[in-house]
Amino acid sequence: MTRDITDQRNASVLTEQPNLTAGLAMNAQTELKMKARDVKVFYGASEAIKGIDMDVAKNEVLAFIGPSGCGKSTFLRCLNRMNDTIDSCRVTGLIELDGQNMYDPRLDVVQLRAQVGMVFQKPNPFPKSIYDNIAYGPKLHGLASKKSDLDDIVESSLRKAGLWNEVKDRLAQPGTGLSGGQQQRLCIARTIAVSPEVILMDEPCSALDPIATSIIEELIDELKTNFTIVMVTHNMQQAARVSDRTAFFHLGELVEVGPTNEVFTNPQNKRTEDYITGRYG
Amino acid sequence: MTTLTEKAPAQPAKSAVQQKVAASLARRHRQETLFRFTGLTAVMISLALVALLFINIFSKGLPAFWQASITLDIHFDPAILQISDKPVQQRGESDNAFRERDLAWRSEVGMINFNRIISDALMQVLPDADQHRRQVLRMVTSGERFALRDMVIDDPSIIGQTRRLNLLTDANVDVWLKGNIDRSLPDHQQQLSPIVRQWADELYASGVIQNRFSFALFMNPDSRSSLASAGLAGAFMGSLFMMLIVMLLAVPMGVAAAIYLEEFAPRNKITDLVEVNINNLAAVPSIVFGLLGASVFIGWFNLPMSAPVVGGLVLSLMTLPTVIIATRSTLKAIPPSIRQAALGLGASKMQTIFHHVLPLAIPGILTASILGVAQALGEAAPLLLIGMKSFVASVPATPFEQSTALPVQIFLWQGNELRNFFEARTSAAIIVLLTMMISLNGLAIWLRKKFERRW
Repeated sequence: MTRDITDQRNASVLTEQPNLTAGLAMNAQTELKMKARDVKVFYGASEAIKGIDMDVAKNEVLAFIGPSGCGKSTFLRCLNRMNDTIDSCRVTGLIELDGQNMYDPRLDVVQLRAQVGMVFQKPNPFPKSIYDNIAYGPKLHGLASKKSDLDDIVESSLRKAGLWNEVKDRLAQPGTGLSGGQQQRLCIARTIAVSPEVILMDEPCSALDPIATSIIEELIDELKTNFTIVMVTHNMQQAARVSDRTAFFHLGELVEVGPTNEVFTNPQNKRTEDYITGRYG
Repeated sequence: MTTLTEKAPAQPAKSAVQQKVAASLARRHRQETLFRFTGLTAVMISLALVALLFINIFSKGLPAFWQASITLDIHFDPAILQISDKPVQQRGESDNAFRERDLAWRSEVGMINFNRIISDALMQVLPDADQHRRQVLRMVTSGERFALRDMVIDDPSIIGQTRRLNLLTDANVDVWLKGNIDRSLPDHQQQLSPIVRQWADELYASGVIQNRFSFALFMNPDSRSSLASAGLAGAFMGSLFMMLIVMLLAVPMGVAAAIYLEEFAPRNKITDLVEVNINNLAAVPSIVFGLLGASVFIGWFNLPMSAPVVGGLVLSLMTLPTVIIATRSTLKAIPPSIRQAALGLGASKMQTIFHHVLPLAIPGILTASILGVAQALGEAAPLLLIGMKSFVASVPATPFEQSTALPVQIFLWQGNELRNFFEARTSAAIIVLLTMMISLNGLAIWLRKKFERRW
């Protein structure tokens, strides 16, 4: 795959397109975590993302909404370079994490993914024990030197994911034996065990029932204090419930991004309004 | 079907759509019944054919596992066995010098007329043997004299003793007693003279000749001079060596190639070309691989003819595409979600493959490999071209010695002149080969079950 990253763009873009930071309330306390400028994604010859600019603040929950095929998942996968695994996929533009160009050829993607974790649409625990599922990431990156350190990481990750009390007596049992909602929380625990800075969630609740969904939503609300979360969702109520800001995607473009209550109550763009009121999507 | 039409009047009014659906139901059911019947018939026919094959092979081959042998009191007569003492290595004697003395002693033992010892023992049990002296030795297969010779060489102190031994009867006696030859044929069409046939029947009736489990079939190499002692040991060892070579070469190479092609190779024209060619190689007739082996391994590399090492190399080449294709399809079948999970945690590509993809693929890879090896084990055609169809009367100790293979041995025995003896021997060899195949397949199923995991 070829990458065509131009680094010459600079912060002046921010002043040219003021709506980017809308709702970010760029004051002294708000830190910029991620920055995307003119990101385009091509699958072969077709352009899936048509030049997106976006900022992500530290410790916010940013939700991507939009109709199927609008490119929100594709854009999310750009944020930890999961698109690298697709041969025909080509990404251009600039994406920065803490001011560091993510697509810099000198940057090791392994390090990036340790910083930006991902939770997938379908719960995908490894066919191993619950303990090994959580311990895999820390072992991989050498985060624990002793067995007791590893045990601590496993316990704290499971506690943060709100799963500890349910599984503490059966850590040796396979992770695939849990219920769907538990599996998804296991996947979240597995992701936070590596202590990432950003967690990307690709429709984390779409395969879950309403009760499991509400547990995960509460979890996202708690995780916000430690992590920056970017999530894709098809469920607009969910976006309204858990996110600080919402971005609306349509046909590969970022139509609107702003504080969630504003996007839902007073959308600036006609297309956003049509989508939110259920006229299409 | 009928119940539906019977119920129809009970319902007040059917819409046009419902009527059309009802009308088409009978046709649909008929089609389904016909389809099921066709499938069931196909299954029954194939099962019947397999059953026929097995019944045929087992009914012919099983009797060959038991062979007529005659119980004789063999007297190791010192008057006949006039030999010097067995040489012992002297202090200070070089290995070569001792070996020379030993060899000379062995050939001295070999000069002894062991047939005389056997015929002396036969004379004791055969009535009227004096009048038919020349026929006496027709009772016992000629290879048994070497068995006695080896006993003496192993332990010369046996001289002067009398041992009760079971000697294999001549192949024709076995055929006669098993009824594999028409007993009503006139004398000039019989293989055995009337007196030998009479002896055989009498000794069988009195229990001196009995059917005993034929260890010769498993312990001996092939034989042409003493047909009754012809066995599978040489072919079995040849096949075993080749199987090991295929396992050591084709399996690791095939799996490595499949992993590279499936996971690491860049998608471009060259990769496509390699892929197409691997698929084509799998379809190349096996005899072509034999030609290739003959010209490359024997012609260029000067490896020995008729040796399992060349056979193993040829069969490895033949098995390689099968292993590659099967391994690749196994790797393809691993759900992408597992790879994504590992990559998302920051595992490198190599770690993702070795920590997650391969462990899940192992049952499939093992099955593919074992089935590949089983296929190689049953292959005869390429071996014919590298000289493994020659008659070899020894059991190979290394893969570089001459040998045959089980399928080739079947082919050779099938063509033996003494049809009514070797027909059963051939089927017995087929049973041995089939047993090995079924064991390998069973192993594949067991391993698959053992390593299978759900995701």
